[in-house]
Amino acid sequence: MTLRILQRDVDAIVAQSRAEYPDECCGVILGPIGSDLANRLKPMVNAAHSPTFYEFDSKDLLALYREADENDEELVVIYHSHTETEAYPSRTDIAYASEPNAHYVLVSTRKELASSYELRSYRIIDGEVTEEPVEILLDW
Amino acid sequence: MSQTIEVRIPTILRPYTKNEKAVTAQGETLSELISSLDANFSGLGERLLENGELRRFINIYINDEDVRFMGGLNAPLKAGDSVTILPAVAGGCK
Repeated sequence: MTLRILQRDVDAIVAQSRAEYPDECCGVILGPIGSDLANRLKPMVNAAHSPTFYEFDSKDLLALYREADENDEELVVIYHSHTETEAYPSRTDIAYASEPNAHYVLVSTRKELASSYELRSYRIIDGEVTEEPVEILLDW
Repeated sequence: MSQTIEVRIPTILRPYTKNEKAVTAQGETLSELISSLDANFSGLGERLLENGELRRFINIYINDEDVRFMGGLNAPLKAGDSVTILPAVAGGCK
């Protein structure tokens, strides 16, 4: 299934990745349940504050799911950055991926890319990774 | 007598609960609650525990508090408490 994502959100994720360099950055895009519409970007704090690992803070995680529940939303996109490696899920990413309905988006802002970036999207279900096309839109 | 506690189940574990988002279980402590869950929903316990300890990348909350700050498996439960299970959102480049 294709990921459809707004240009403004791609720009914001890339900017967040650069701002939090060398740590990995992370966040979600929420959308109405079942809609697959990545509508509301919500950057999250990387509680691990690490260049090789990210983890949502446990309190933030609970607040996020409660907020989503109240708004009848779900996590349409779960994104994080790789600041030194390519935008492909690592073994760790695959092991911990636990939202079968989410698009797992990886953005790489590694140095060789200079001012450019790489953004790719995957489904990760039961340890199996499937890359999917990405369609970047100016508006829905 | 053990009180009944509501437990909220994340999407990834709903195959164990016939797709129910919330189920009930009994227990005076988190450990008892997990045994009760596993008795009713076979296999669920193993997704929460590893070698008798809480799995590192599963978060369990009693009301608003992460059980890791409440004594882990010994965390006490009282009538009216609500338990939420959420998989950690985590990963990394290695």
